[in-house]
Amino acid sequence: MAATYEKIATTTLGSAASSINFTSISSAYTDLRIVWVFQAVSAGSNAGLRFNSDTGNNYSYTAITGTGSTTVSQRGTSNNQCYFMANSTAATSQLQIFQTDVFSYAGSTYKTLLTTYSGDLNGSGEVSSIVNLWRSTSAVTSVTLLFDAGNMTAGTTATLYGILKA
Amino acid sequence: MATTYTLISSNVLSSSAASVTFSAIPADYTDLVIRLSARADGAIVNVKITFNGDTATNYSQTYLIGDGSAASSGRQSSVDNFNPYGVNASTYTANTFSNAEIYIPSYLVSQNKPIGFFGVTENNATSSYIMPSAGLWRNTAAITSIGIAPNSGNFVSGSSFYLYGISNA
Repeated sequence: MAATYEKIATTTLGSAASSINFTSISSAYTDLRIVWVFQAVSAGSNAGLRFNSDTGNNYSYTAITGTGSTTVSQRGTSNNQCYFMANSTAATSQLQIFQTDVFSYAGSTYKTLLTTYSGDLNGSGEVSSIVNLWRSTSAVTSVTLLFDAGNMTAGTTATLYGILKA
Repeated sequence: MATTYTLISSNVLSSSAASVTFSAIPADYTDLVIRLSARADGAIVNVKITFNGDTATNYSQTYLIGDGSAASSGRQSSVDNFNPYGVNASTYTANTFSNAEIYIPSYLVSQNKPIGFFGVTENNATSSYIMPSAGLWRNTAAITSIGIAPNSGNFVSGSSFYLYGISNA
């Protein structure tokens, strides 16, 4: 029986770094899932990703976020990366999670992502649901997970899974 | 090739039960996932989740909730369980069950454990909720058991609970 949910690649940082790259992603799957467990080093960093090293203004997002006391919905258009979280909390010792699904990543239509951010930091916290769009008809062949300012700590782990419908 | 997404255990209730426990969880995976569909016989019911039998005040959570007319957010620190949402209760439309997924990454790591949660209680009535929640268990021990219980009454027959292991090895 063919496996439906397969690991494609995993990276655990041996030292602090601002990005993690998955390259040479095959088109053998239907969807991709990324599970990213991290600690942020710096405050004010925006976390997200880019596909195929595209730094053009081809990304947009809409998010709803709860901070424990307030709710806010935000959106951005013509950004140069997918945004998962804005203004990271500095130097928390708690692990945080991004779970991202990339739908029909090998197709020739624009690519939609759905991400959940879970970050309870024991004294503060945030939870978000975010939809992103990459306006490109190219198949996704590489993914760069990134913080645009500062680093993730050593021990940060990101795993790329492929999900197969056939 | 090793299987990435594996059913570890399941429990589909054939009669009502006050709690469900997954015990002796093997240390063979990277992450854990629980998928549940539940209903309880109390009037207003939250679900309580505990790890390794720990009922001390080592849990915290931040949640976002939408009820069909407004969104709000709240948080709790130093509580004795992770209680992210209400399950469909006796006052809800008959034969409807809440649904949820609980994602527990790095359940073996010797750090505090983060939890991702997404649950819904849609039942074709005004009291329906959608709730993403972030949780934290402040304990560095590997997770070896998970308890799930309503805060009053019992889970009813037909409630189902599935525990999966995900391996990135």
